[in-house]
Formats: sequence, structure tokens, C-alpha cells
Amino acid sequence: MQTPKTIIEKIWEQHVVHREEGKPDLLYIDLHLVHEVTSPQAFEGLRLNGRKVRRPDLTFATMDHNIPTRQRQVIHDPISKKQIDTLVQNCREFGITLADLHHPDNGIVHVIGPELGLTQPGKTIVCGDSHTSTHGAFGALAFGIGTSEVEHVLATQTLWQAKPKTLNVKVNGRLGTGVTAKDLILAIIAKFGVKFGTGYVVEYTGEAIRAMSMEERMTVCNMSIEGGARAGLISPDETTFNYLRGRRYVPQGAAFEEAVARWKALATDEGAIYDDVIEINADEVAPQVTWGTNPGMCIPVTANVPSPDDTDKPNEKEEIQRALEYMGLKAGQPISSVKIDHVFIGSCTNSRLSDLRKAAEVIRGRKVSPSVTAIVVPGSFSVKLAAEQEGLDQVFKEAGFEWREAGCSMCLGMNDDIIPSGERCASTSNRNFEGRQGKGARTHLVSPEMAAAAAIAGRFVDVRTFTAQEVR
Amino acid sequence: MEPLRIHQGLVFPLNRPNIDTDQIIPKQFLKRIERSGFGQFLFYNWRFDDQGNPRPDFPLNAPQYKGASILVAGENFGCGSSREHAPWAVQDFGFKVIIAPSYADIFKNNCVKNGILAIQANEEQVQIIMKKAETEGYTVTVNLEEQVVYDHDGFEFHFEIAPYPKEMLLNGWDEIGVTLTYEEKIKQYELSIR
Repeated sequence: MQTPKTIIEKIWEQHVVHREEGKPDLLYIDLHLVHEVTSPQAFEGLRLNGRKVRRPDLTFATMDHNIPTRQRQVIHDPISKKQIDTLVQNCREFGITLADLHHPDNGIVHVIGPELGLTQPGKTIVCGDSHTSTHGAFGALAFGIGTSEVEHVLATQTLWQAKPKTLNVKVNGRLGTGVTAKDLILAIIAKFGVKFGTGYVVEYTGEAIRAMSMEERMTVCNMSIEGGARAGLISPDETTFNYLRGRRYVPQGAAFEEAVARWKALATDEGAIYDDVIEINADEVAPQVTWGTNPGMCIPVTANVPSPDDTDKPNEKEEIQRALEYMGLKAGQPISSVKIDHVFIGSCTNSRLSDLRKAAEVIRGRKVSPSVTAIVVPGSFSVKLAAEQEGLDQVFKEAGFEWREAGCSMCLGMNDDIIPSGERCASTSNRNFEGRQGKGARTHLVSPEMAAAAAIAGRFVDVRTFTAQEVR
Repeated sequence: MEPLRIHQGLVFPLNRPNIDTDQIIPKQFLKRIERSGFGQFLFYNWRFDDQGNPRPDFPLNAPQYKGASILVAGENFGCGSSREHAPWAVQDFGFKVIIAPSYADIFKNNCVKNGILAIQANEEQVQIIMKKAETEGYTVTVNLEEQVVYDHDGFEFHFEIAPYPKEMLLNGWDEIGVTLTYEEKIKQYELSIR
């Protein structure tokens, strides 16, 4: 009998172009996703050296980071506009398919890849964006790369990669009602720290993961990088195949069934050994709220903000103190006492149809607190359209949310959507770093349900009890 | 890319853990389509106040660290985004070497591609250098060939680095040029998966 293997080892071995002692492996890349921010210098590098894009057919481009979400065709910032125009020119010059501003396939790169069926089990997928780990939800080996590597993939369709260690993040039991995939990944990062995954590729396993929809799995894999792991993936199963069936870029008909047979064989074998295993019990996870300036600074909504006195290590004391000052919080105050000014529902973590549906369910028949500005930004054109077809836009608008056009929006403040200094945002995005949503902006990461409830209450509330209350 | 063999330089200590790429270079500076000129934006929100004036309390603004070329930082340096603008800013500012207990994977990769040596030292070694670098004019010498860091005072430690990044840095190679010599292998692979 063959040695049992993890999906990580199987995908890796299938993609080794060249292997020699003392070198990383030369790995073939099946899909290269490109966006406007991290690609201009890569294309310029090709031009300077007279090089071509080796496989334009395996390369797909979109624009998302700079896109205005009010009127997407009007880009006021000339530097943003130039970055957008540069991508258009580069794609034309090098023969790359581009979902531009006006294209119906346009959206956040990590939303449209899966939507179009470009993302498939067993593929190696890269993009000049750290949240490329999202695509791992399909059982693909997907990771973020820098611009030099973008240029390298454009020119050679390969990357030199040292074989990573493997880590099994085992999620036992089931998540409770009102507790989401977002809460789970935040709780994992809070428990194991912001660098538990450094040097590893993570596979998420266990009952709670199997029970998740594809969109929930994408939320989990998306934030692997916030735990330090470049890639996080989930072995494909019927949920994966059902999601992919009929999508534009997957094989159709009999060819699809053949693909499914291949994809099934990728799943981690019974008894395969990982370099490390960590475990968490899903039924102990409560809705989470970050209080500090990295995603590991996270507590259950029922808890109090930590104090520098909670640790003996001088470095950690200082880190907590600095985070409390930046966030304008007091040690020991209940997180549920914290009032908010803004709510952002969107980003590659939580802007898919099911995210919007769940948020809409919480706010239906209620009104956004007068002290809160709330926006919803669908992840793509197609998410926006689907949401409008089922009337979700009306639910949001009636509650007092702004219903915007697709883009990265307030996740990173590279467009017009910025939180003013000192103001506080309940955000469904992935990073609460200092200045992430605008200089001096204070970000609290939460699930779409928790963000929706916070919009109504004007502060953080436990969505599990909030939704049980009658609409007044 | 310039080869890096032996480098002696002034040390700047930044004793904070988890310094993320948004701190190294804030998002508003990612819109440029050039590869150069990012040094002026390094640690922007820490270095400058809302009016764009240097903050006197941020040590990199102190005259004693002018011309520093070795950055010493806390663990998990460069976490967050894959933006190569972060190492571009570090390098353009004048840093050639970073010393920290650990790095985010993507950031570390990006450093190699730009000829920056990111040395992984242990926590104790890092704290010793941090302390010493508070003194004006503290320099260390980094010898990549021998994989050692030392100062005038007898402090010295050996560091680990994988053979491939070491070779890349020592020679300042254009990686794409190297890979293109494997063209036949890549072709063969493409034929085998059809």
C-alpha cells in the first residue's frame, strides 16, 4: 500500500517541474490572477527585458482595489486612474483577459475567481495579493506573491518554492447558532496567535468544516494569512463539486464528471501525517470582536477588553498598551459597551451572496442607529445583481444602509471609502491594522451578522440574543 | 540586483513585534506604478504627523540614526499584505539588512528578490543589538558568505539561511533569467499535463 498523503503533498508533487539538491522546487502555476495594484512594475519589468507573458491563457485580470463604489466610472484620484488605465494597457499589450470596470465579470479578484469557476481543486493558484489563500477553500494550493514573483510567473508560468511544512487545523464539533465561519477563523487566530501558520500550509479539517458551505469555507481560508499561513486549504467534497458544476470555466458534461473523479482522489488520505496538528472545539466559539490592532487581538462579544496587566512579558504589555491607546479603549471595559460610528459589510472575506443574506436577515424591519453610517459593498457585479434580484438591496436601504457597487472599498482605503481619524468601524473585512481603513481609523473585525446587529444597536451586541428580540 | 556579500552599517532599532506592511508603507502610496522612490514613505504614519512634519518622538527621525542601513525589529516583521512596496520602501530608504526573530513568509521572499538580507536571529541576540543600538554610532558587520554578524565589541553570532536565497543574494542574480534556462523542462511539463 502507498503511504497516505495529505492533499498538500499531492498537489505539490503534481506540479514539480524541476527538482535538485540545494534548491527549492520549480513549481508550475495553473492560474495567475492579476489586479491593478501589484502588477504595473511586473509588466514594466517584462518590457525592459523584452520578455513576453508565457501563458496569457492561464492569466486572468481584474481591477478591484481602486474602484469607487458610488459611481464606479468616475475615478477622481488621478493616481488611481493611472493605475487602472495602466492595467488596461498592459492586458491589451500582453494579450491577457481582463474583467475591466464595465465588464459583467468584474469584482474582487477573490470573489470572481470562484464565481467563474476559474478556481478549481488541485490547481496551483497565485496572485499578487495575500488573500489569495481564499481559493484554498476548493482544495487548491493558492497563495499570495510579491510583484517580483508576479513578473516571474508572467514570464515563466513557474515559481521557485521551498516545500512548506503541513499543519492540520482540526475543528471539532459544530458551530452554534449565530456563530459563523468568520467567528471561527478569528477565534483560531486569537487562540494560536498571528504567526501560528508561518512556514506552513494549513489544511482545515473536522466536522465543522465539512458542514460549511463553499462561501463559509472561503471566509475561513481567506484569513489563513492573518495567522501567518500563505495558504490554507480544505479537501474537496460534494459541497465543492456541487458549487462548481455548471460554472463557466469548469469542464462541462461528461468532462465534469471525469474532473470530479480526479478531484476526489486529491482529498487527504486516511492516516496521512502532518508536520503539526492543532485543535479547536467549534461549539466553544462565541461571536468574536477584535479589540486591538492585529487580528489576533480578538475576544468573544461577551468579554472585556484585556489589560496590559494580563501578561508578564514587557513586550506584550507594551503592545497591548499601544493598541488600547490607538483604539481609544480602556482595559477591562466590556466590548459590548463600545459605541461605533461606521459599519462596513464587504471585502474578499465577507461580501458574497450568503453573507449579504445573513446580514439582511438581522436587519429586516429594523433601522440603523442614527449615530451610525452603514454601507454594504457586494463582492462582484454578479453578487450585486443576484442580491438585487432577491430584494436584499431594498432590505438594506429601508434599514438605512447605503447600497454600493462592487469593489474592495473600505477594507483597505485605497479608494474613496475611508474612515475618518478617530472614528470607529465594525467591519467584516480581514485586517484591523493601524490606519488600515484610513489614518487614525479604528477597525473592529466581526462577522456580517455581528456587523448588521451593531449597525442597528449603535454598539457591539451579541447577535445570538439580539435576533431573538422582537422588532420594536 | 546588487550582490550583497559583506556589509557594515549603522543599526536602527525598532523594538516592536508584529510590524505589519500597512505600517511599513501605508496604502495611499501603493498607487504609484513605478518601482522606485518609496523610501520617503517608509513608516509614514509613525514618522510624520497629520501635517506631514516629522514626529520628534519617532526614533528614525533622530539625527543619530541618519544613514542607518541595518534595521533591527521585533518578531513577525512584515506581516499582512503581499505588497512588495514594503521591501521597496525599506531598501529605497537605505536599509540593506534586517535583523529580527521572525518574518512573515511573503515579506521574507520579497526581500530576497530585492537583494535585502533578512536575518533570522534569536530573541536574545535581537535584544542585545537593540540595547547596543541605543548608543550613538553603533554599527555591526554582516558577512553573508560566513553567515555571521559581529560588532567591534566582541559580540558575534552565526545565522542560518537556506542555500538558494544565499546564492541569489551573494550573486545578485536575475531570477527570471535563471529560470528561463529551464525552458525545456517547463515545456516538457506542459506537454505531460495535456
